[in-house]
Amino acid sequence: MKRGVLAPLALAVGLVFLYVPIVSMIVFSFNASRLVTVWDAANSPTLHWYRELFGNEQMLDAAWVSLRIAAMTASGAVVLGTLAGLTLARFGPFRGRTLLSGLATAPLVMPEVITGLSLLLLFVSLEQLIGWPQGRGILTVTLAHVTFSMAYVSVIVQSRLAGHDESLEEAAMDLGARPLTVFFRITLPLILPAIASGWLLAFTLSWDDLVISQFVAGPGSSTLPMVVFSKVRLGVSPDVNALATLLVSVVALGIIAGTLWMRHLSAARTLPQQEDDRT
Amino acid sequence: MSGEAGKGAMPARADRRRRTRRGHGARLAIAAPYLWLLLFFAVPFLFVLKISFSSVLVAMPPYAPLIEWVGNQSLAIRLNVANYLFLFTDDLYISSWLYSLKVAAVSTVGCLLLGYPMAYAIARSSPAWRSLFLLLIILPFWTSFLLRVYAWIGLLKNNGLINNALLALGIIDQPITMMQTDFAVYVGIIYSYLPFMILPLYANLEKHDLLLLEAAKDLGARPRTAFLRITLPLSLPGIVAGSLLVFIPAVGEFVIPSLLGRTDQLMIGRVLWDEFFANRDWPVASAVAIIMLLLLVVPITIFQRLESRELGGGRR
Repeated sequence: MKRGVLAPLALAVGLVFLYVPIVSMIVFSFNASRLVTVWDAANSPTLHWYRELFGNEQMLDAAWVSLRIAAMTASGAVVLGTLAGLTLARFGPFRGRTLLSGLATAPLVMPEVITGLSLLLLFVSLEQLIGWPQGRGILTVTLAHVTFSMAYVSVIVQSRLAGHDESLEEAAMDLGARPLTVFFRITLPLILPAIASGWLLAFTLSWDDLVISQFVAGPGSSTLPMVVFSKVRLGVSPDVNALATLLVSVVALGIIAGTLWMRHLSAARTLPQQEDDRT
Repeated sequence: MSGEAGKGAMPARADRRRRTRRGHGARLAIAAPYLWLLLFFAVPFLFVLKISFSSVLVAMPPYAPLIEWVGNQSLAIRLNVANYLFLFTDDLYISSWLYSLKVAAVSTVGCLLLGYPMAYAIARSSPAWRSLFLLLIILPFWTSFLLRVYAWIGLLKNNGLINNALLALGIIDQPITMMQTDFAVYVGIIYSYLPFMILPLYANLEKHDLLLLEAAKDLGARPRTAFLRITLPLSLPGIVAGSLLVFIPAVGEFVIPSLLGRTDQLMIGRVLWDEFFANRDWPVASAVAIIMLLLLVVPITIFQRLESRELGGGRR
């Protein structure tokens, strides 16, 4: 019965391992001392580092840049990634399918330094050849982010579609529905949860990316991770703890709200049926 | 159309369905992601390859063109192989390459040893607990990767939390140096990539038919035997997928070793970064990328095969 204890123990240890750094950042973001690891009991807890953070123009500007890039990235990646996932899961064999499937999965594992360098060289060479994209900035960062995050969307959509067989779509077709109608009335509602989580994932990946952005960003398009990285490279700084705490809180609140909303949706879907049963 | 006719084995209904579906809309649906990925993912490698044969120039962009007009009517193609010769003769590149492989391999094994029992425990827990555990595994992934790596500096420093705790408990009387060591990089990579190991393993373990284990038990197999003979072999695709998802990006990892790792021994991702940003030697950086790509092409291909089989599995 050794196995019965070992796995739960590893799960507990692993979860502690995953959360200790995050909890330590949250706790020390309220610490008055500039020494990040010494707890100044006399003056803590304090919101000093939060005030400092919101007074930091450079960070706020970078956050705004990152936010815009992430929103554009997520929207572009969702469209392209959904199309890729849909064609791979539903269109059967077509010429070049293997290549598309390879192209859509390679970005998941490709080391970021390679992707970043290759995209920069593409942008520089294209500018020489056709004059587009002019210089580097928010546009080039967004194009780069769409490219790697659409791969994640494609995988999510594909695995969602793989979980459902094609009988619904076939039935609609046999009843004479046109392909576009089938897509909007059946396939799209089916993969909507996958598209929603794909959008959020693409947003997070873009918001989080440092390496690729550093290669393809230009002056004036410094993203938040780029600013944070140049800061933490010089040493630990407590206002970064405050930033981390804010990000963790937003994500946690978002996930709680999302879970509640999903519960609400499924409750709303079952309720009318129950009422029907009663009448 | 001749290609379609060759597939006579396909049932008539499926054949008709496929043919009617391939309208303009469908063609556009295939073309859009295809062209995007070709332009922004495949074609860029050709430019990397091209520039890896160029030489440095103090200009913008800082490399010499490969093709030049010589005189009036002749084109000269100049391929500079010095970058590659340089990579193979200078110890820095070979040692950082081998070091990256070692770090990635050790971290992958570490992820597997911690992630497998975790995935196993999640897959065997009740549905309510299962979704809570999965949420807890994914949650850190949604928060900044950079900040989570940065958090380890505060924990691993000489006057960091771990050393302070151990000193206070009297377990050690000298702080242990953990920052800028191999250990710190292993911890950082295992920590950051753990969800990538757990999720494919969980997806695999969750699908197992528990009747197999019961049958083994009825036939007198001890739990350990049943695990080694049934669960472990069945979970092999999950192990391979998870390991590749950790190993391949870890080889080229830049952020973790530059924040936590050694300064006397760089990883290959850092070498590429420094060649590009510090030395502004784009051709050598490109050659480093090409070599890295050639050496990773086998694991990447295995991953693609596995992934497309896994995702295509539910399709009739």
